[in-house]
Order: sequence, then C-alpha cells, then structure tokens
Amino acid sequence: MSPDPNSPDPQIDVALTLNGRKVAVSIDASERLLDTLRYRLGLTGSKEGCGEGECGACTVYMDGLPVCACLVPTFQCNGRDVKTIESIDPAILGPMLECGATQCGACTPGVVMTACWVKGHPEVLKTHTMRELMAGNLCRCTGYDGIIDGMHRMCGTPPEQPSTNTGNAP
Amino acid sequence: MRVLSPTSLLQACAMMATGNAAAPTPIAGGTDLLVHWPGNLPAHDRTYLDLSPLAELRGIRWTDTHLELGALSTYWDTIRDPEIARYFPLLISAARTVGAIQIQSRGTWAGNIVNASPAADGVPALMALDATVVIVSQHTPGMSESSSESRGYASATQSSTPSLHRQELPLSDFYLNYKQMRKRPDQLIEKIRIPRRATRLHIFEKVGARRAQAITKVGVAITHFEESGWRIVANSVAPTVRRCRAVESMLENKQPITSPRDLTAALSQDISPIDDIRSTAHYRQRVLARILYFALRGQAPSVS
Repeated sequence: MSPDPNSPDPQIDVALTLNGRKVAVSIDASERLLDTLRYRLGLTGSKEGCGEGECGACTVYMDGLPVCACLVPTFQCNGRDVKTIESIDPAILGPMLECGATQCGACTPGVVMTACWVKGHPEVLKTHTMRELMAGNLCRCTGYDGIIDGMHRMCGTPPEQPSTNTGNAP
Repeated sequence: MRVLSPTSLLQACAMMATGNAAAPTPIAGGTDLLVHWPGNLPAHDRTYLDLSPLAELRGIRWTDTHLELGALSTYWDTIRDPEIARYFPLLISAARTVGAIQIQSRGTWAGNIVNASPAADGVPALMALDATVVIVSQHTPGMSESSSESRGYASATQSSTPSLHRQELPLSDFYLNYKQMRKRPDQLIEKIRIPRRATRLHIFEKVGARRAQAITKVGVAITHFEESGWRIVANSVAPTVRRCRAVESMLENKQPITSPRDLTAALSQDISPIDDIRSTAHYRQRVLARILYFALRGQAPSVS
C-alpha cells in the first residue's frame, strides 16, 4: 500500500467540468485549483491574494458553492463542477459599477463571484445579511458600502439605510 | 507528495493501516491543510488519503435518538438545513462564526475535531451538546478488543474477511493534551452523533478581531438541559477545547454569582490561558468571566 519512496511522485489525472466544458488535466499532487486554473489552463481571472482562505480573491464555485480556489487541492476536483469568473456575463454587473463597487480591482473577481452567487440564491437573504455573505471577500479600497449597495441593486433588494453603517463591519 | 484515493470506507481504513510506517494524512475539506501549501511544500510533502469521494461519510441523518453528521458534513450543510436550525440552533451559531461562506462550504465538523486546535469553534458547540464521535479502523481478526481505549462501545463483525472496527467516544473525553487525541493515526472519524434532547438554554459567544474570518481569542458554548444540567465549554483558553466543570458545579450547586469576579476562582481551576499572537492570558481570563456572567445573568437562577 505504501509507495516506493525512491520513485518520482506520479501525476494525477483529473477530469472536471469547467465553465460548462469537460476538461481533463494531468496535475501534480501539490497543485491547488487556483494554480491549475491560472498556470495550466490560462484562466487568470481568479486572483491569488493571501493564499490562506482569508481574502476571497480566488473565489470560484465548486458544485455550485463559493470556495477559495487556493484551499482546494486539484486532485479533489475529479468529477466536480467548477465555475470561474470567466463564466460570468459582464452584462449583469452594471449595478455593481453604478454603485462604485470596484476601485483597484484586485478583489473584484472574487467579490463578483460571491455577489452573483447571492443573486442566484436569494433564499439565503432570509437568514443572512449581505454583509455576512460578503464577509469572506476583503476589499481594501471601497470601504464595502459600494459593494453592498451594488449587491442590493443587483439582487433587487432594498439598500441598507445609511444609519446601519456603524463602521462595525462583519 | 502522493494521494491515495479509496473508493470505500473499508478500503480507506485498509490504506490507513500502515503498521509501523506513518499513516497517510486524511484530507476532507482541506481548509486547514492547504493554508500556504505551495509556500511550504517540504512540510506538506507526505501521503494524503482523499476522503472526499467516500459516499459512506456523507450526509446528515436523524434517528429516533440522535442527529448524525457524516464525517464529510460541512458547516454549510448544517447552516442551510432548516431542521438543524430548528432543533440545534447552537450548531448554526457556531458554524456561522467559522471563516465565511467560502470556508463554511468546504470545512467539515469532523475536520474541526481532528485538527484539534484549542481555538476550534465547532468543537465547543458539539461538546456542549454531549456529542460523541464514531471512529473506525480496519478490524484485524483475532486482535484483542481490550487493547483499544474504548470508553463507549466497541463492536466488530467477527469474520475472517477485513471489516470495520468502530468505537464511540464522548467528545468531552476525546482530547488528552495540545493536539493529542484518543485516536490512533490509523483511525478515521466516520460520524458525529448528537443526542436529541431539548436544551432549556443555548448560548454561543465568540470574541475575535472581527466577526468573520477571525480565529477566536476567547469563546464559549453554554447549554442547559432539563435532566442533565449545565455544560460550559470554552475555547482558546487551554491546550484543548475545555469543559469548565468547576463553573458547571457552581451553577449546579446554585452558588450565588453577582459579578464576573465571582467566577474567577472556578475558572482558574478550569482554564490555563496563554499569551500568544492573538491575545493575552489576562485578557482571556477576564473576558471569559465577563462573557459567562453576562450570558448567564437572568438565565441561571443563581446568577444575578
């Protein structure tokens, strides 16, 4: 059962559905989904920020849920459905732009992935606030208000009242 | 780095049974194991056993007496479950403080247990609900059952073909010391079992640098059951998540508590906080006393 320590580490074949298309890759065991997307498949929309699951710049969907691509080993993607920022139709982002939800842009792909997930799953707004849902995406430019306003406009939900902005962000 | 990909729990347990050689590292959601993975490859260069495809470890089940979380149950699996929200809101409160949705959708309750961090947020809630863990390993025919450290039941199918050996342990007895558990390296968590009993009171408090994406400086889960009394379980204040039995005794004995200071003596028996990058021992001790006092005031008859 235990491998011969002297033989080179074998490549692993992974077949996944990526942005609706079947993709087969041969990867190193140590490869993270983020590395596979950016360096093997050329999908550089997902950004590496912190590399430890804090900043959310690498947010992608795995089987329909937002995940940090920096914390997913690619070997676990076999048979799974992965969607990246490249799958998002820019036309739905108008409300985010109108509200000033982006400045430098480093966090924006991840922010957009979370925002679009909320738009597609409006039932979560019965139990969660926008701010809690956006808590896994760090932005150092906007102060978040533009992002939260843009998400509400995109989802057709009433904006936060200015009085709720206490500076006590989640 | 190598990866073993079992297709059944039995095969997984056979792969874990490496005798004297190091057992593979089981990986489920990977949210602890992959932090800075490429930046520190030598430390991560080992053999992993991928649990994620194992259907036997999936799913949330309700029996007449228990809620059972399969070992691959994530925080998000529980957060989105209306039945759990109704009967075990403490689990939801704890799950929602872990990271954010990107972590909740991958991180597992069982992973939180075996990562064995003293700052684990899921463990205090589970422990306050008297959860048990079912651990499995490959059953070797003829091996004496008494050699295992079973505190609960041990069972195995008597057969000459390989089978699974199961043990059920109370989570409150699972930790021995910092990162040390009552679990051999070849044993895997199969599921977590939580007794279905009505809590009269359930409170979860976490103090971190911010509400999301923060590791706990000090936290506590509190439950009160009609038949079995108080559970006070604190994290980030000892080498392991810690049941505060001296505080529980004060509450059971209805000793009057009229300020956070009245908890100091009992807490000094229960906890041993340290100074580290996130907080200080002094802060942790004082804040835990205050959280407990203000959470219990008006809820426990002896706390006013």
